[in-house]
Amino acid sequence: MSGVILSIKDLKVKYGGIEAVKGISFDVREGEIVTLIGANGAGKSSTLRTIAGLVKPAGGSISFNGEDITGANPTEIVKRGVTLVPEGRRIFADLTVLENLRIGAYLRHDSLKEDIEWVYSLFPRLEERSWQAGGTLSGGEQQMLAVARALMSRPKLIMMDEPSLGLAPIVVRGIFDIIREINKRGTTILLIEQNANMALQAADSAYVLETGRITLSGSGEELLKNEAVQAAYLGT
Amino acid sequence: MQLAVSTLLSGIAAGGQYALIAIGYTLVYGILRLINFAHGDVFMVAGLVVVYMSASMPLYIALPLMIVFIVALGFVIERVAYKPLRSAPRMSVMISAIGVSFLIQNFATYYTGGLARYYPEIPFLYDSVTIAGATTRWVTIVTPFIVVALVLLLLLLINKTKIGLAMRAAAKDFETCQLMGIKINSVISFTFIIGSGLAAIGSILYFTNYPSIMPVSGTLPGLRAFVAAVFGGIGSIPGAVVGAFIIGICENIVKVNPTYSIFSDAVTFIILIIVLGVKPTGLFGEKITDKV
Ligand SMILES: Nc1ncnc2c1ncn2[C@@H]1O[C@H](COP(=O)(O)OP(=O)(O)OP(=O)(O)O)[C@@H](O)[C@H]1O
Ligand SMILES: [Mg+2]
Repeated sequence: MSGVILSIKDLKVKYGGIEAVKGISFDVREGEIVTLIGANGAGKSSTLRTIAGLVKPAGGSISFNGEDITGANPTEIVKRGVTLVPEGRRIFADLTVLENLRIGAYLRHDSLKEDIEWVYSLFPRLEERSWQAGGTLSGGEQQMLAVARALMSRPKLIMMDEPSLGLAPIVVRGIFDIIREINKRGTTILLIEQNANMALQAADSAYVLETGRITLSGSGEELLKNEAVQAAYLGT
Repeated sequence: MQLAVSTLLSGIAAGGQYALIAIGYTLVYGILRLINFAHGDVFMVAGLVVVYMSASMPLYIALPLMIVFIVALGFVIERVAYKPLRSAPRMSVMISAIGVSFLIQNFATYYTGGLARYYPEIPFLYDSVTIAGATTRWVTIVTPFIVVALVLLLLLLINKTKIGLAMRAAAKDFETCQLMGIKINSVISFTFIIGSGLAAIGSILYFTNYPSIMPVSGTLPGLRAFVAAVFGGIGSIPGAVVGAFIIGICENIVKVNPTYSIFSDAVTFIILIIVLGVKPTGLFGEKITDKV
């Protein structure tokens, strides 16, 4: 299939004896926003962490841009242009905002000037706080920093693990605007969300994950209208 | 006056020598939350290597070669004894460190036959000099300058370079570092390389004060340096340096009175306990957090 940038086939993730992801398959096409929704413990983070190389898969395969990256280490994966904005932001609290951005570009050896200007234009608040320690930022600002930091590696695919977690609705809207903006610039996005409503509205295609299995898939719009999805994830 | 000057000079010099060891403890603790019990023994090996090398080559070759060898030793210890235990409980890694410490001491005993070996007199450093009526060796005078220069270089490295950035980040969160593409094992190796390199330089300054060296010669300075690191707030580089100077100076003040000089270590430790009682994280320490 043309245009597929990330392809997951029968992916299994185990922790000790527990199988958290039980053989899922899905594709992400270049330029799309794809979302994975599901309840707590469904295996969403496990899936992203495995793609990022933090967890070794127990089975199945992952390929990116047509190349097999199953079991590759995180450095390899970042080099290929896949980056993860981890659950819970995980910014470096002791480093300044600017240092957090610089470390996001760790593998790059060219000038970062343009990229820093770009992320500062996306998140003007970060520019004001350039010299502040990351840990002193508010939750929303930390989430912005986590996204900005991930952009610094110039990823082709950016994966985000619940970027709206714990943020006020207005801030969430801001984050989703940014996600669309990043996507417009050509970056493919794989998004995990509990905030299914916002995620499905933004998504080109979407998958529902339940206890380690994909139970539903379709375009964002289709799933928004799906009754089962409405009952389980949209609270309507 | 003369006594005061000479006490202060030797205190500062001893402190500087401990500082070069203490930095190794604090750096490794900062990144691995590991007390590298083998560090004092690596320091001792640095001394022994000079003893053996100087027998067959001039010192200006032996000393740089020794530093290279000790850096390699630090690197290998980490790769062989600590890296395989990366995901093991911290206590296992500590025990591995104690094991390496014993192994090194046993090897040293095997090579030296357990006898004291004569440490070479290094020209210039060993020569005498008189300052304000107090006679001492040049090493006492130059040590603080060397230490300050090395510490400034180290701070520059940590605060201004990319690898320094990675070291600071890795001290807090391995996993997120990996997500940035940082190779954690390289950063850890680099940390051990710096720590052993500084200990190697420190050993030249330290052993010049002593006529000979034994397989246990690393234990006391190692322990004092470790205490200095805790005293200053383990994980903090300025803390380790300041702690080391305080301990060096205290020790030499107590030593002034020959009756009490044998208690110098005990007194130092008592001061440490009092300070930690008041400030549990040490002078410059932050709250010690468990790593995510
Ligand atoms: N490191 C781990 N060790 C053992 N079990 C784990 C580990 N990480 C996740 N799990 C288990 O795997 C399952 C899936 O977890 P995962 O974090 O992928 O869920 P999630 O869909 O991201 O949930 P949430 O929405 O709460 O973040 C859970 O049952 C969890 O307990
Ligand atoms: Mg999760």
